[in-house]
Amino acid sequence: MTLPDAGTGRRGDRRPPVFLARRSYRRRRMMDACRMLPILGAALWMIPILWHPADTAADDTAPGIVYLFAVWIVLVALAAALSRGLTRALEDGEDEGG
Amino acid sequence: MVPFDLLVAGCIAYVILLFAVAFVAERRARSGRGGWLRSPWVYTLSLSVYCTAWTFYGAVGFAARSGLEFATIYMGPTLIMVGWWWILRKLVRIGRTQRVTSIADLISSRYGKSNLLGVIVTLLAVVGTAPYIALQLQSVTLSFGVFAAASPQGWALPDQGVTAIWVAAGLALFTILFGTRNLDANERHHGVVIAIALEAVVKLVALFGVGAFVVWGVAGGVGDVLAKIEASPIADWPLQPGRWIGLTFLSAAALLTLPRMFQVLVVENADERHLATAGWAFPLYLLAMSLFVVPIAVVGLERMPAGSNPDLFVLTLPLSEGNGGLAILAFLGGFSSATSMVIVAAIALATMVSNHIVTPLWLSLRAGGARAAGDVRGLVLTARRLSIGVVLALGYGYYSLSGGSEALAAIGLIAFVGLAQILPAMLGGIFWRGATRVGAGAGLVTGFALWLYTLFLPSFGSSGLISAEVLVEGPFGWGWLRPQALFGIEGIDPLMHAMIWSLALNTAAFLIGSLLSFPEPLERMQGAAFVHVFDQSRGTRGWSRGGAEPEGLLVMAQGILGGEEAQRFFQAAAVEQGKAGFLPDTTPDFIDRLERRLAGAVGSATAHAMIAQFAEGAAVSVQDLMAVASEAQQIKEYSAQLEAKSEELARTARQLREVNDKLTDLSVQKDAFLSQISHELRTPMTSIRAFSEILMEPDLPEPMRAKYAEIIHEEAIRLTRLLDDLLDLSVLENRKAQLTVQVANLHDLIERAITSASSTRPDRDFTFHRDLPTEHMAVYTDTDRLVQVFINLVSNARKYCDAEHPELTIRVRRAGARVEVDFVDNGSGIPKKSQSIIFEKFSRLTDTSRAGGAGLGLAICREIMANLGGTIEYLPGQGGAAFRVSLPVRRGLTRAA
Repeated sequence: MTLPDAGTGRRGDRRPPVFLARRSYRRRRMMDACRMLPILGAALWMIPILWHPADTAADDTAPGIVYLFAVWIVLVALAAALSRGLTRALEDGEDEGG
Repeated sequence: MVPFDLLVAGCIAYVILLFAVAFVAERRARSGRGGWLRSPWVYTLSLSVYCTAWTFYGAVGFAARSGLEFATIYMGPTLIMVGWWWILRKLVRIGRTQRVTSIADLISSRYGKSNLLGVIVTLLAVVGTAPYIALQLQSVTLSFGVFAAASPQGWALPDQGVTAIWVAAGLALFTILFGTRNLDANERHHGVVIAIALEAVVKLVALFGVGAFVVWGVAGGVGDVLAKIEASPIADWPLQPGRWIGLTFLSAAALLTLPRMFQVLVVENADERHLATAGWAFPLYLLAMSLFVVPIAVVGLERMPAGSNPDLFVLTLPLSEGNGGLAILAFLGGFSSATSMVIVAAIALATMVSNHIVTPLWLSLRAGGARAAGDVRGLVLTARRLSIGVVLALGYGYYSLSGGSEALAAIGLIAFVGLAQILPAMLGGIFWRGATRVGAGAGLVTGFALWLYTLFLPSFGSSGLISAEVLVEGPFGWGWLRPQALFGIEGIDPLMHAMIWSLALNTAAFLIGSLLSFPEPLERMQGAAFVHVFDQSRGTRGWSRGGAEPEGLLVMAQGILGGEEAQRFFQAAAVEQGKAGFLPDTTPDFIDRLERRLAGAVGSATAHAMIAQFAEGAAVSVQDLMAVASEAQQIKEYSAQLEAKSEELARTARQLREVNDKLTDLSVQKDAFLSQISHELRTPMTSIRAFSEILMEPDLPEPMRAKYAEIIHEEAIRLTRLLDDLLDLSVLENRKAQLTVQVANLHDLIERAITSASSTRPDRDFTFHRDLPTEHMAVYTDTDRLVQVFINLVSNARKYCDAEHPELTIRVRRAGARVEVDFVDNGSGIPKKSQSIIFEKFSRLTDTSRAGGAGLGLAICREIMANLGGTIEYLPGQGGAAFRVSLPVRRGLTRAA
């Protein structure tokens, strides 16, 4: 749905360092994780396409509901876990290459 | 059964509560005590305008018809929100740096501040949103109907139209009251936001209440509900993969492109960090909103008589189970969903209509264009208020035309598809520098047209604008152009068909148009500013040269931002450049900042056009852009730095020169003063000496002796007064003045000053303009000294105002803990070169010194104000000589700046 950002390209004379300190490195990976969350969510939520609730006699709708909401809770929990670190990154202005 | 009167009373009480909450929030924000109004939780709750009445009531109906498919409407937004780092953060940052006022403004600003694109997006938004508002009105009248009718099914109220009118009028009133308080998009609508946050809580509590009642009150707990789900018709819901993916995508797009969502997500965002909280809290809210949807649908299908409307189960289920209180709560939840959506949508649309259609039209119709713009602020605010009325009237009109038909229920998704047409231009705009105005325009028009043809018009049914014949056989019998089977591809769900074709061709037109066209310099610059918004080192200014006339710019800015605001902005810029007064140098940087400031009020396109009138020929050119981007950038950057430095030096040199001139002037003045003062002292001295010599004559007749003694006395008084003034000034300058601080009404002080000053040139007929109610304000200061300042200003105006019919306007304004009193006359004012010396001692602009006094008046005023902890300044650009006296309401609370 989104185009990859071109922010990793040249950046004039203020070229960012290639290797980062441990804390900055973790933060970069947190940003990556936050960007990956929608992809993970979409992948998990598209699995129901493989179901055929109308064609089978099995009791599959109630587990389906439980599955949908379980994915939902996992996404919320992951986003909440990431939010604190990312807030600090925002506060420190470490948001280059968005 | 709930008495209908009780429901109406509860509803009215709820509305009054909303008004009160909005009012209190607005008051608190104004007095600076509204820190909690900017909390991330309020922001998260305000995002709930996504959940309209269509989702509040309709989700259950959706689930009853299509099973779990209803969840896709919430899944899309969840995916966008949890990945906020990707798109939302960029949008919010762009919104803040470019002072974006609406989604139309975003598109217009990105593509070279093109107003045409703004107009297209505005039209798309109005066409897509009016039916959506109609849907909200319908849901409120329907839910009223449930209570009014004897049986839950009989909602055919005779006065449905009347209800809808009342609801629409009330919403218009609320929106106009709290949504058009200020012009600038970056000043938030605290009242509206807090009311919506409250409504968000009510919605959630209501749906949770009904859900808990259904699961544990009607059914026998979670296990029983799950069993019932398997037993119900919902268990065999047909999962269509196309719709599953398509609807998730569509709702994700809607979160970004719906005007109301853009308003709360981007425009009303106070702090980027709020996104981090909203990124997980809003998905949690959506989860909570959809948790009980299926249980309510299942139990409703089981319990309610066959044929009852599943869209209203949230209301009818508690009613039929005899829980009236819960039903009222559910009603208020639905009411909240409907009203919050309408309020925010109306604000967003009104901003677009006023900024992109009304204001540009008005400016182009006026002779003189932006140069003689006058009170644009008043115009835009009026336009916004009228637009709110028009938007709601359109919604109501659509509602009454469609008569609450079935077609209306589908409009939610239809509107989603319509507004999703903005998506390619939007995402392309913030991630791809190559996107151009031509491409965006082509994409938008293509998508808009296809959406109208394949989805919107057919949604009116065969009796509507597209006849059944065209639907079946295509226009002119061309089968491949059938609205719901383009190019002969049949058998797709109409919604998916429209979505795929419109978005695919939209994107194709956007890409091809962008690849083939060549953008203008401004467009390329904006493109870079948007795509690289996080990389501030790339900043390019939109103006290559300064040199616009600052006074004209100030007059125009005053017309848009309001006098006070504009003066503060100009003053701050002047201070930053190391200048005193209100007129900064118009450097490109200053013009750029001013433009962005104005863009926050009237949109980027209009702001750019207005500034361009003053800075002709200074707009950025291809060469300027190349200069930034070329291979020899470093050298050029170096030379640019040198240039900037030499500019800085030139500025400093000029400031030094100014100071030097001032010193020279002062020295000349001092010499002049010494001779003046000697002269002033000598004249009375000479006459005193002469007359006292005469008095020494022994045989002087008595009457003559008395007359000469009187002359000597008068001259002595004049001498004393002059010496008193000098003494007074030196005491004030050394800050040793004794102040008698007391409380007084400002109005009385002004009155006293006007009366006292009336003896100055009493022959002139002088008109005063005053706003009496604002003058009544208690001040705690040395009142005699303050009146002395006022008398001086009024008598100066009486002396020097050279208009044929002299007038003096006195304006009083409270600014925080300070009071500002402006004295503005209608004369020719004070020339710019003299503005800096009028407060110096012994300065007199004219040689016509017959007015008396030695030029000490304003100097004394300045020292008095400094002693009172205030200031007195000359105010340029007011159409005459204007002075602003500013002092703390309570002396001692704030010191002079």
